[in-house]
Amino acid sequence: MIVKEKPKAFYDTFERKGAGQEVTHYCPGCGHGTAHKLIAELLVELDIQDRTIFLSPVGCSVFAYYYMDTGNIQCAHGRAPAVGTGIRRTHKDAILISYQGDGDLAAIGTAEIIHAANRGENMTVFFINNAIYGMTGGQMAPTTLEGQKTLTTPLGRSSGRDGNPIGMAEVMDAIKAPVYIERVSLSTPGKVLKARKVFKKALENQIDKKGFSFVEVLSPCPINWKMDPVEARSWMQEHLEPLYPVRNFRDGSHLPVPHDDFIPFMKEDEIINLLSSGGAIPDVKASESDLEQRVKIAGFGGQGVLSAGILLANYAIASGYEATWLPSYGPEMRGGKANAGVIFSNRSIGSPVVAEPNVLIALNSPSLTSFENDVEPGGLIMVNSTLVREEVKRDDVDVLYIPASEMARESGVLATANIIMLTIYLKYKGLADTELLRKVLPLSVKRKDAVDLNLKMMEKALAYYDRELA
Amino acid sequence: MNRSVIEADLCKGCRVCVNSCPNHCLSIGSEINRLGYQYARSTPEKCTACGICFYVCPEPGAITVYKGEAPDVK
Amino acid sequence: MSNKVKQLIKGNEAVIYGALMGGATHFFGYPITPASEIAHGAAKYFTLSGRHFLQAESEVSVINMLYGASGAGARVMTASSGPGMSLMAEGLSYIAGAELPCVVVDVQRAGPGLGNIWPEQSDYNITVKGGGHGNYKSIVLAPHSAQEMCDFTYQAFELADKYRITVIVLADAYIGQMMEAVEIPDRLLEGERKDWALYADKESRGNLVTSILMDPQLQSEHNWKLQRKYEQISREFCQWEELECEDADYLLVAYGISARVCHSAVEVLRKKGVKAGLLRPKTLFPFPEDRLKELASSARKVAAAELSNGQMADDVDRLCGGLCPTERLCWLGGVIPSVQEICDTVEGWESGVER
Repeated sequence: MIVKEKPKAFYDTFERKGAGQEVTHYCPGCGHGTAHKLIAELLVELDIQDRTIFLSPVGCSVFAYYYMDTGNIQCAHGRAPAVGTGIRRTHKDAILISYQGDGDLAAIGTAEIIHAANRGENMTVFFINNAIYGMTGGQMAPTTLEGQKTLTTPLGRSSGRDGNPIGMAEVMDAIKAPVYIERVSLSTPGKVLKARKVFKKALENQIDKKGFSFVEVLSPCPINWKMDPVEARSWMQEHLEPLYPVRNFRDGSHLPVPHDDFIPFMKEDEIINLLSSGGAIPDVKASESDLEQRVKIAGFGGQGVLSAGILLANYAIASGYEATWLPSYGPEMRGGKANAGVIFSNRSIGSPVVAEPNVLIALNSPSLTSFENDVEPGGLIMVNSTLVREEVKRDDVDVLYIPASEMARESGVLATANIIMLTIYLKYKGLADTELLRKVLPLSVKRKDAVDLNLKMMEKALAYYDRELA
Repeated sequence: MNRSVIEADLCKGCRVCVNSCPNHCLSIGSEINRLGYQYARSTPEKCTACGICFYVCPEPGAITVYKGEAPDVK
Repeated sequence: MSNKVKQLIKGNEAVIYGALMGGATHFFGYPITPASEIAHGAAKYFTLSGRHFLQAESEVSVINMLYGASGAGARVMTASSGPGMSLMAEGLSYIAGAELPCVVVDVQRAGPGLGNIWPEQSDYNITVKGGGHGNYKSIVLAPHSAQEMCDFTYQAFELADKYRITVIVLADAYIGQMMEAVEIPDRLLEGERKDWALYADKESRGNLVTSILMDPQLQSEHNWKLQRKYEQISREFCQWEELECEDADYLLVAYGISARVCHSAVEVLRKKGVKAGLLRPKTLFPFPEDRLKELASSARKVAAAELSNGQMADDVDRLCGGLCPTERLCWLGGVIPSVQEICDTVEGWESGVER
């Protein structure tokens, strides 16, 4: 009776350099084959082979997909935990095995492993630590021991020059989310059998959706250590294991499953409703006049410069025009200056940049200074005379001085000066349709409780126009 | 009789199994296999079919462990 | 008048509308100006609609999450800008090698280095010509309006799935930040099961997602297959728009925000009797090569107008060589040309006074 044989989760033959190969590409005495065998056996024992996706790293185990009869994905160097995250967010029931070496996980991929661990991604990471780069021929790894000679530390690793060996299990243990962290070794038969138990637990955690399990595996690399395979295993016990203690760091497998925020998958009509929840622009009426307005609204942050522009653009579209709105944005916004350019026209709009406005609405003094000279001859400059003391110097433009901030202050909300200026502008140009403005206003005001106040200010502005400017 | 059957052409001669067998059932022979290695051989007398050689062996298919009747090995 | 819902939204927000209706299921992102509104929109709408949004630790991780989720059969996307595109070069190369469908929106800003957040079109080479290592291409769509930000993203997922390729929506800071009226597509597109992807089930167990082929002969065959695919795309999918091109003496070639400025310039020039035209590629790969050659053969001059040091102009020069003289109108650093400036230049050609 067969009691131990090649696990069924291995392919029968390995398609490496042509079909029909039956041995691995690993060097004699390499630990990878042993770790592969433990995993393959557990995939069968735990009945998870069909739903396992094995993530191959870059390093000697880059070809793990030759061997593992599972779903396979080969990842860029160090990125397997990010790749696994992408898969995890797609298939909740997949079993994800991220199998990574010390160069892959502890050098180039430190960001990816730390953040996957920190998110508590439900995956099992097998970290093969053999203290050297194998695939590239024996260079220093982050886990290389002090004094250890490699191709890139020919005099022996010096902590002063090359840094210190890094204990990844200890690093993982500094992160809150991982459910299970253990370091094992493949140096002796007893430790190999112990490793099998640890591997099993790390996979069972994933099956139970407990979260992130991390197993560091001290593993021999006889070829690059320049030792025979038996000697390599003694060296592990004498040198690797004292620095990298073989022990459990954390076992939270008894803890409850972390919570899962589930939101149902919306259908077509639900998505359209969701995306339309900001409100649609009302039924369009045909534009009546042939015009192009290039409006620059400028002031400081908090004066509603951007939202006045949005209201104007919404209103223009509802009136049958094409419209563009282009804000100042980014760090510039943090300094307090804000401006928005709105163009509306009955023709299609080319450049959205308002370089030469035919309307300037200056809500504060610097805005007038900045943009006065840009205004097209024959254009309109509207000045918030409460805040702007100086007069417009241009004599080739129309000028309106409106005490907008004063009017807004009387109503208790200084930030409504924008709506006053805008209303008077539209009225002055013969473009004001009060009913349409009422309809469009809610689309342009972020705080819904501010809609009534803005409507009131609109009325106030219209009254002011009739009284002072008509 | 129990026995670990070693597939000669899948063995890379690393000696880890030889060194690990608690009952010293394994040894490296003098013959050279297709891969160019002197490969491991087993003797059944003291084998308990414990499976240690199977687990420490880095090759997936090099070792099969039988309890009781094992096939004849040349 | 359409029955579709019309809203005033930023180009960046329009991307999310197009994406969700185009069947995107996963968005992995990292904040960067001037593309961040796309991540904001995804965080809200992808999550609320039961799709998936995740903010990653870097663009390096973002693109690898795309690699994983796309390999697992999802319709995936991200959005970024220059510095993020540089970080994603590695992953995009792997995605090309493994032939995974994915959608990347690049809202271009000025470089090199940190540069600034104003528009440039200096990511042309790293998107149209590949960008990462190896011989590969992506389909590159170049929207010039908020509506096209929506529409191009909407169709990007179908294209990506059809050809197993990265589709890049190459916008710029102004196209992303500008608000315009946008109609939401009224039909939800959905991806189908892919026979090559990993679904963590028995049926897909034998599948392998990889970009490594150790045998030079196999890698050669794979790489030639990719080249044939790019040629097939060139034959099957190329889009552009023409404004006053038929009798144009002076043909401007421009995309994105530059095309908007050129559009205005052509209108002004035509009013003055100058026969200017605009060829606006909507796809940069494939580039409307045949049409450009055709128009160039009857033009007096062809000028590439772009916010770069002539990255697209190199292609225009190559295509128009021997057919007619070419010019380069280039702006750098986030500076946008005025309509007047372009008009003056073209009028200079018209009057025989070369710039």
